[in-house]
Amino acid sequence: MSGNADIYHEMIVDYSRNPINYGQIENHDVTFHDSNPLCGDSIDIDIKIDENKITDIKFHGKGCAICMACSSVLTEITKGKSIDEARTIEKHDVLSELGLEHLQAVRIKCALLSLKVLKSALYTYIGKNLSDAEDVDKLKTEAENLY
Amino acid sequence: MQSTESLFENLRKDFPILKRTVRDNKRLVYLDNASTTQKPNQVIDAITDYYQNHNANIHRAVYALAEESTEAYEATRDKIADFINIKNRQEIIFVRGTTEAINLVAYSWGRPHIKEGDIIVTTEYEHHSNIVPWQLLVKEKGAKLEYIGMNDGGELILDDLDKHLATGKVKLVTFSLMSNVLGTITDAKKIIEKCKAAGVLTLIDGAQAVPHMKVDIEKLGCDFFAFSGHKMLGPTGIGVLWAKKSVLETMVPFHGGGDMIREVHKYEATWNDLPYKFEAGTPNIADVIGFGAAIDYLVKIGMDNVREHEIELTKYAMEKLSAVKGLRIYGTKDISKRGGVISFNFSDVHPHDVAQIVDGEGIAVRSGHHCAQVLMERLNVAATSRASFYIYNTKQDIDILVNALNIVAKVFKL
Repeated sequence: MSGNADIYHEMIVDYSRNPINYGQIENHDVTFHDSNPLCGDSIDIDIKIDENKITDIKFHGKGCAICMACSSVLTEITKGKSIDEARTIEKHDVLSELGLEHLQAVRIKCALLSLKVLKSALYTYIGKNLSDAEDVDKLKTEAENLY
Repeated sequence: MQSTESLFENLRKDFPILKRTVRDNKRLVYLDNASTTQKPNQVIDAITDYYQNHNANIHRAVYALAEESTEAYEATRDKIADFINIKNRQEIIFVRGTTEAINLVAYSWGRPHIKEGDIIVTTEYEHHSNIVPWQLLVKEKGAKLEYIGMNDGGELILDDLDKHLATGKVKLVTFSLMSNVLGTITDAKKIIEKCKAAGVLTLIDGAQAVPHMKVDIEKLGCDFFAFSGHKMLGPTGIGVLWAKKSVLETMVPFHGGGDMIREVHKYEATWNDLPYKFEAGTPNIADVIGFGAAIDYLVKIGMDNVREHEIELTKYAMEKLSAVKGLRIYGTKDISKRGGVISFNFSDVHPHDVAQIVDGEGIAVRSGHHCAQVLMERLNVAATSRASFYIYNTKQDIDILVNALNIVAKVFKL
């Protein structure tokens, strides 16, 4: 097999067929949705948080194999982490897990949609529990500088 | 006279881009013609010649260059008039493309004519450019946007049109002559007949039709017609809005500025004659001239030959693709009712993954919602893959696509 088929190795195809942490959490503490206007990929993430720890996380939606595989890996990495730890997850953490470090620019958004949704969900949660306006501003700046 | 088959084989040499290879020396198989087409040397040379030998602004100066450039610019207007049978060249307005043409109508015609409670009718298989401008207009005016639905065979349900017309509130019916996703050729004659009987204006989005078949505006009998140059061998950034003079005269200017005025005073201005009233500012002169060269090229081949060639390719592609296990083609199977556009899904593989793998084999197909999310919702899919043909495509291109789909099947263990 040649060319672009290489990125579709076993793990990506398997994850796309049998995604991990796929579904919804009924009594979630925060949920977030976003989509990619270019290709129509659409992801929701539900998170359950106990004492600042992510005790459960699930995603659902529609997307290509890259998007589904990255969402699976991301939720696996995230589960069990504290909010502060989860905030530091970067794109490299997801891409390297699947050998996608050299993914073309046009597909990178497929790979990182779920990370964007995760970060937005976390900031929504943190924002809700902030009283200090200055902290909210800081958070906004951090969110804007994400990508 | 050369045979049509050798005519189409020979013309590939006019397209320099077809000589290049992609992705490790693979033949470029360009199947995204519904999106934009490649350009022959004749078009590229016309643009270069303009900049090298004639460049000057049009319609004003009296020197030699300005005269040449004005003449070449206006010559394209005449070529368009002949090409789609428009009797009055004053009715041909140059715009950036179909999107701008439709926005121009929504603004310049919609503003003075649409009132609260009025209805504009579009269809479920429109490109976003024939939906969103109307959404903006009806929101501003408190009017309503209604749809002609589509059946499972990818054809419009004209009973829906009857229902809307029966309200007596419809002011405009707008539809594409060929769907950019399904390739369905709309029964424009029937729609226009019904609208005329109800005294309702019609707008045709001809972006997908004009490049691929003979179109006769006079015969169609619509009130507005829009199409783009870049989907028919011409450069990007140039298109046409045609409208009946009697309708254009009831419209307000779209952009204000130079060339569109007769007289300007401190607090008021009067408008130039048609079509210049709607061509404010220095236009896209070079690309209008390039567009003229594209029309010359198509006229030389003959639009009936273009259509015949595409019917042949579409027939071949439908046969070959239908034989691929797990591949689902959307739209009608009746070749006489569709253009050279085939949208499909391959088992449960996402179209983006299909496009990526076949790209590795040098094939350019489009994947996504094709700027037709309303249609995607109707088909109940997030996206499709789309292969669309033009004059330089061959049966070999289709064979290469089918082979690449076998790679997709292998990777995804279908």
